Amino acid sequence: MKQMNWKELPHAGTILDAGNAHTYKTGSWRSLKPRWIEENCIQCLFCWIYCPDSSVMVKDEKMTGFDYDHCKGCGVCAMECPGKKGAKAIVMEEEGK
Amino acid sequence: MSTTQEKPMTLKSLSHKKDLLTGGHRMCSGCGAPIVLRQVLLAVENPVVLTNATGCLEVSTCLFPFTAWRVPWMHSAFENSAATASGIETMYRALRKKGKIKKEMNFIAIGGDGGTYDIGFQSLSGAMERGHKMLYICYDNGAYMNTGIQRSSATPFGADTTTCPAGDVVPGKPQRRKDLTRIMAAHNVAYAAQASPHNWKDLITKVKKALAADGPSYMGIIAPCNRGWRCQTNDAIQLSKLAVDACFWPLYEVEGGKWTINYDPKDKKRPIKDWLKPQGRFKHLFAPGNEWMLEKFQQGVDADWESLKKLQEAFGR
Repeated sequence: MKQMNWKELPHAGTILDAGNAHTYKTGSWRSLKPRWIEENCIQCLFCWIYCPDSSVMVKDEKMTGFDYDHCKGCGVCAMECPGKKGAKAIVMEEEGK
Repeated sequence: MSTTQEKPMTLKSLSHKKDLLTGGHRMCSGCGAPIVLRQVLLAVENPVVLTNATGCLEVSTCLFPFTAWRVPWMHSAFENSAATASGIETMYRALRKKGKIKKEMNFIAIGGDGGTYDIGFQSLSGAMERGHKMLYICYDNGAYMNTGIQRSSATPFGADTTTCPAGDVVPGKPQRRKDLTRIMAAHNVAYAAQASPHNWKDLITKVKKALAADGPSYMGIIAPCNRGWRCQTNDAIQLSKLAVDACFWPLYEVEGGKWTINYDPKDKKRPIKDWLKPQGRFKHLFAPGNEWMLEKFQQGVDADWESLKKLQEAFGR
């Protein structure tokens, strides 16, 4: 991004655009990638409440997928996923495969 | 007040709320603290102002020119998160008296265990004593993780840190951790509680209670740190659950002097070694010759749990 000069910087270094970290992508940190298997999903939303990076997308009370721009691939979602009849709805896979 | 409060709180109903902590912050992969803070912010109904002591959460969520907070958030220094919040709260009361602010607002000060148990302790104690209507939240990962895992007074007995490294001479931290939630309860605050992110319902309910309390409130919340605890990136929730099941981190609240244990594992109580085993910082406790440490750890946890039950008996209900 373009660096601000001293005239452009807001007074006292405050950040006026709340939540602008959203434009910063942390997805490149990931070495393992969560894959969502919809047929095993019971829509419990545990993945959403336990995600440290707000990277589980939920729309109308339903999990709709991952925000891979910000997901760091920690695997908490896959660990906590109860799945359906013992089959996980989230599995971690190596990136690039 | 919104009408959602009367309905039972479910993840589905909570999922309508906008995330006030965005992705794109630079906390480590699998860190417990942002999980805790996302849940805390889901409990907030009014406009809220946050202050944050120096720590992982502070430096990683606010790397200039980015902020991951969608709410007013202020950092001043390591030791004065509570003092900053109490100043903001006082200004709010003054402006409200003058009629310049009409809205009901909430004030939350956040600190890690270093910024709360040690460095920020005097400002926290002062703010609680003065009776500001604010909530202080300590996300407790049990060491100064931000600067490279130095011991704090929240570090559990026996833990390997860079300032009490486990070796031939010293077997990890020789002292036990101090129990800050009880120290805060001794301040006669309106509300003091311990919570854990694995039990989101308990955590969110407690934050709601704390914000509604008429006076200062304190919450200690366990926040696993995979770098400092030397565990996996995916077990933050598992380890916080184990800490509660082993009674290392009991879920309880003190509401106006009334003590309530919110979760008693009873016969499902796990031995403390189940919680210690997955953590590399306690690896040496399982080495031959160190059995006394496991025993001492267990004794300490059991004694705390028993005394907590007695407090509930004496001052509960």
